[in-house]
Amino acid sequence: MLKFIKHNMETIGGVEIFPLISFLIFFVFFIGLFTWVMKMKKTEVNMLAQLPFEDKTQENETTNI
Amino acid sequence: MQVEKFKYDNKIVKLFAYATVFWGVIGMLVGLLVAFQFIFPSLSFNLEYTTFGRVRPLHTNAVIFAFVGNGIFAGVYYSLQRLLKARMYSDLLSKINFWGWQLIIVSAAITLPLGYTTSKEYAELEWPIDIAIALIWVVFGWNMFATILKRRERHLYVAIWFYIATFVTVAVLHIVNSFELPVTFMKSYSWYAGVQDALVQWWYGHNAVAFFLTTPYLGLMYYFVPKAANRPVFSYRLSIIHFWALIFLYIWAGPHHLLYTALPDWAQSLGTVFSVMLIAPSWGGMINGLLTLRGAWDKVRDSAVLKFMVVAITAYGMSTFEGPMLSLKNVNAIAHFTDWIVAHVHVGALGWNGFLTFGMLYYLWPKLFQTKLWSVKLANFHFWIGTLGILFYAIPLYWAGFTQSQMWNDFTNEGFLKYPNFLETVTNIIPMYAYRAIGGLLYYVGVIVMVVNLVQTAKSGVFLAEEEAEAAPLKKLSANYKDEHWHRWFERKPTQMLIGSLVVILIGGVIEMVPTFLVKSNVPTIASVKPYTPLELIGRDIYIKEGCNNCHSQMIRPFRSETERYGEYSKAGEFVYDHPFLWGSKRTGPDLAREGSAKLKKPNSWHFKHMYDPRSVSPGSIMPPYPWLLDKSYDTTVTAAKIRAMITLGVPYEEDYPEKANADVEKQANEIVEEMRGTLEEEGFEVAADREIVALIAYLQRLGVDIEKGNQTAEN
Repeated sequence: MLKFIKHNMETIGGVEIFPLISFLIFFVFFIGLFTWVMKMKKTEVNMLAQLPFEDKTQENETTNI
Repeated sequence: MQVEKFKYDNKIVKLFAYATVFWGVIGMLVGLLVAFQFIFPSLSFNLEYTTFGRVRPLHTNAVIFAFVGNGIFAGVYYSLQRLLKARMYSDLLSKINFWGWQLIIVSAAITLPLGYTTSKEYAELEWPIDIAIALIWVVFGWNMFATILKRRERHLYVAIWFYIATFVTVAVLHIVNSFELPVTFMKSYSWYAGVQDALVQWWYGHNAVAFFLTTPYLGLMYYFVPKAANRPVFSYRLSIIHFWALIFLYIWAGPHHLLYTALPDWAQSLGTVFSVMLIAPSWGGMINGLLTLRGAWDKVRDSAVLKFMVVAITAYGMSTFEGPMLSLKNVNAIAHFTDWIVAHVHVGALGWNGFLTFGMLYYLWPKLFQTKLWSVKLANFHFWIGTLGILFYAIPLYWAGFTQSQMWNDFTNEGFLKYPNFLETVTNIIPMYAYRAIGGLLYYVGVIVMVVNLVQTAKSGVFLAEEEAEAAPLKKLSANYKDEHWHRWFERKPTQMLIGSLVVILIGGVIEMVPTFLVKSNVPTIASVKPYTPLELIGRDIYIKEGCNNCHSQMIRPFRSETERYGEYSKAGEFVYDHPFLWGSKRTGPDLAREGSAKLKKPNSWHFKHMYDPRSVSPGSIMPPYPWLLDKSYDTTVTAAKIRAMITLGVPYEEDYPEKANADVEKQANEIVEEMRGTLEEEGFEVAADREIVALIAYLQRLGVDIEKGNQTAEN
C-alpha cells in the first residue's frame, strides 16, 4: 500500500530540479541581501532608524505611563 | 524650502481603535464560551447556533479579523501618516475601509452561527463575503499606496515595508484560497479537491498567521516600540534582513500543517526545512525588538506600555521557536491533532497579538485624547493578570496535549491499545480544560479593566481629531544617484517595493504549488473510490454546516497506534472527490475517516441516537447534542445544482444525472430509515426519510467504505 503515498513525485519529468532551484534561489538571495546590508553606510543607517522621531507634532518624551 | 502645513487624521485611528477594543471584548467572550463548553457541554444551550462547531469559527474569525484586523488598521493609519509626514490620501477611502470592514465582521458574526461556512479554517466565510473582503482590502491598499505616493518623507521606514508586504500577500493568499464555485447564494464548493485543497488551504492558513498576525504587527513593533522607549531600533540593518528573510521564507512553510498526511513526502519535507530556517529571521526580529530597550530597561519598570510590549515580543520569540520545533516530524507526530497546538497558537495570539495591541492602545489613548492615562495602576493590574492568564491558559493545555497524545499511543504488553475507547483520553484531560478556561477568564478580566481605563481616559481628555503638523515637500531628485545604496532606491520607490515583495512571496508559492498541482494526474487513483451519492453529498454538506471538522479529523496517519484504532492509513487517492477536503486539524473527538468501515461501523440507529444525545450512548462525552437534525428536513431543491457543480469541478457523474439525483436521494434515505425504524420506534423516536439526520448518517456510513471494496477486489 505504500505506493499510495510514496513516489508520487517521481513520475513528474525533471522533478529533481525543484529542490535544486529552491536552494539556489535561497542561497543567492541571502548572500546578496547580506552583502548589501553590510555595505550600507553607518550615517545612512542612523538616518533611517531616526525616521519615527522626525514627527514634528509631538515632543519625543518617553511615554508617561 | 517652504514648509507645508497639514493635519493628521486621528478620527480614523480612533474609529479603528474603538473597533479593536469592541471586537476584542466580543471575540474573546466567544472564546471563553467555547473554552467553558469543554467542561460544561450544556453550554451549547441545545441550540444549533451555539454549538462548538459553529461558535469556534466565530471565535477565531472574531479575534483574528475583527480584533487583530482592526488593530492593524488602527496602528497602520496612525503610524503611516506620521512616518510619511502626510495625511491619509482620502478620508472617504479611510471611511469605506472602516465601515466596509465592520460590515464584513457583522456579516461573519451572523452567517457563521447560522452554519454558512466553507469549512476551511480561517477562511470559513462564504463566497459573497469573500468578494467583499477582497474589495475592502483593495480600498485599504489603494489608500495606503496613494498616501505613500504623496508623502513628504522620501525614505520608507521599515515598518512601512511590513505594511506593504502584508497588503500584497494577504491579497494573493485570499484570492488563491477562495477559488470556489458558487452553488447557491451562501453555498459554494472549493475549486480544489483532497490533497490539493489541503495544500492550498494550509499554504493560506499558515500564511494567514504569517501575514495577518505577524508581518503587520512586526511593522507596528518597529514603530511603536522605538516610540514608546524613545530610542531608535537596535539595528536597522538587522531589520532589513528580518524583513526580506521573513517574507521569503514564511510563504514556504505551510505544508508543516500536513505532516504524515496523504500529502506527498516531498512537499512535507519542504515545509519542514523552511519552517526550521524561519527561526533565524524570527529570532533576529525578536532580538531587534528587545535590544531596542538596551540601556532603558529601567523604563520598563515604570511604563505599562513597555511591559506589554516586552512580553509581546518575548511571546513572539517563544512561538516562533516552538513553531519550527513542531515542524519536525517526530515532534509533530506527538503534537498534531492535540491541544498542544491550541496552546502554541494562544501563546502567539494572547501574548504577541493581544499584548502588542494593548501596549499600542495604552500608548495611543493619551496621545489621541491629550491627557494622561486615567490609571497607571489599573494598566499594571491588566498587565499582571493578563500575563497570569496566558500562563494559566497555556501550561495546562501543553500538559493536556502531551498526555492525550501519550494515551493515544499507549499499547499494553499484549500489543493492544491501552485506551481503545477514545473517550477515555478526553475525560482524562477535562481538569486541564478547566484550568485553561480559568486562564482565559483571567485574561478577559484584564481586558475589561482596560476598557474601563480607556473609557475613563477618553472622558478625562479632549479628543484631538485633526492633529496639526508641518513638513517640507519632497525635493525633486537629481538624476545622478548612481552611487546610492540599492536599497535606498527600493525605499524611494514604493511600487518597486510592492513588486519586489510580490515576486519574493510568489517564488515560494509557485515552487511549492506547481509540482503538487502536477500531481493531479499522478495521485494514484483508486478504482474503487467513487463519487458520493447525492444523499451522502447532502449529508456531507450538513457535516460542513455543523462544523464537525472542528473536532473530528478525517486523516489517519501511518502510525501503528492510529491504524490499530481507526484502520488503514489515509491515501491521497481517497480524497479526489472531496470538494472541500475535510481532514481537520484537531481531534477533540475521534478520527472519522473510516467511520463506516467494517472495523468501526456502528448501526444507523446508534448514529441517530448519538446525534440526538451523545451522552445517551457515550456516557461522559463532551460532544454537544444535535436534536434539530431529527426535525429539520434537508433541501432537495438544490440537489441538481450541487451535482452539476461537482460535474463542473471534474467529479465524474453522468451528464444527465443532476435531474435524476433526487430519485436516488429518496431511495437511499428510505433504505436507511427502514433499516433503523424498528429499533428507534421501540424507543419512542419518530423517524422520517427527509430529515437531516438521515443524510448525515448516509455520509458517515460511507466514510472509509470505498477502499475496503478495493481491497476485496484485490484479494479476489
